[in-house]
Amino acid sequence: MRNPLTMKSWSPYLVGAAIGVLSWFAFASADQPLGITTAFEHTAALAGTALVPRVEQTNEYYPAKATEGKSPKIGWEWMLVVGVFVGAFLSAWLSGDRTRLKVPDLWRWRFGESTAKRFAAAFFGGALMMFGARLAQGCTSGHGISGSLQLAVSSWVFVAAFFAVGVATALLLFGWEGRSHV
Amino acid sequence: MPEPTPDDRSHQPDRPSGPAASASKQLALGLLFGIIFGFLLQKGGVGKYEVLIGVLLLRDFTVVKVMLSAIVVGMLGIYWMHGRGLVELHVKPTRYAANALGGVVFGIGFGLAAYCPGTTAVALGQGNYDAIAVILGLMAGSYVFAEASAWLSRTVESWGDRGNVTLPGVLNVRPSRFVPVFAGILVLALIALHIFVDPTP
Repeated sequence: MRNPLTMKSWSPYLVGAAIGVLSWFAFASADQPLGITTAFEHTAALAGTALVPRVEQTNEYYPAKATEGKSPKIGWEWMLVVGVFVGAFLSAWLSGDRTRLKVPDLWRWRFGESTAKRFAAAFFGGALMMFGARLAQGCTSGHGISGSLQLAVSSWVFVAAFFAVGVATALLLFGWEGRSHV
Repeated sequence: MPEPTPDDRSHQPDRPSGPAASASKQLALGLLFGIIFGFLLQKGGVGKYEVLIGVLLLRDFTVVKVMLSAIVVGMLGIYWMHGRGLVELHVKPTRYAANALGGVVFGIGFGLAAYCPGTTAVALGQGNYDAIAVILGLMAGSYVFAEASAWLSRTVESWGDRGNVTLPGVLNVRPSRFVPVFAGILVLALIALHIFVDPTP
């Protein structure tokens, strides 16, 4: 049998089940659901304190978060995101699955070679995702996995909305014939 | 003497090594969980642009298989442990307008970027460098939200505010009844998806 660590992909059912088991341990050992967005929020807030003098006094975000006891910091969730990066690097490196690309193939087929165009779309996509995730208080991890598995109504509403609109957006961008290039 | 509430219990110093040691233990645990999570996500293929756009074009259902499997397994374990008082739930508040509108804005961004916040870190780890632009976008979006948050909390976030409700709570069914039935429905959905739509293993 081949070493599973050097395989490029595992069954999605196995991967999903293992993420489910991981969530048990996250709840039991760290009293934390698996979530990603807070780490990027805190990174942005910490960058704000480093770049803008006295931003804590001028921007209402900081006192509001301090009142909730959720001041931006390098905590569990921040280390989780660093770990995701490291884990993905290890997995791709062990299996020779490092992609090293700036413009994905499907994007190139539809929108051409331009790195600037792809990066601009990726930037605006990221900004919209963060705004939406902050408004809904969770992303594809915090709502999509951790919230859905706790049967939170908020999470199932969020998932239904983002999936429907995501499908519409992708079909607008790539058209029906884009499907044959996936 | 009054019974200690669950809140009191959690603040008792149960770790003899003190708060500093427990904070660094939390950081180490976060890193460990992250490494396993990222490793699994990369092996599942969900850091790949075509796989993520593939689900939005209703062509490649890998993402749905991963998420539904995680939900079924996670739900059974978490509710079993919760029933025995071993874990606390962390249910996010239901605010119908904010959850739905947030989902709409998130969906447009997801279609443009293809990587969601978690799979952005996976994509970057495996070498999709366009994920760097997504990360910068996430931070920019966080600023825009912080600027708008006072207005949003007066408007959208106050519409349809229902508190920390769950599906069994809203349907007035005991979780011990609801969870096995719902798990069965999700497993049947996965089997149907595998047989009729996307039979790749």
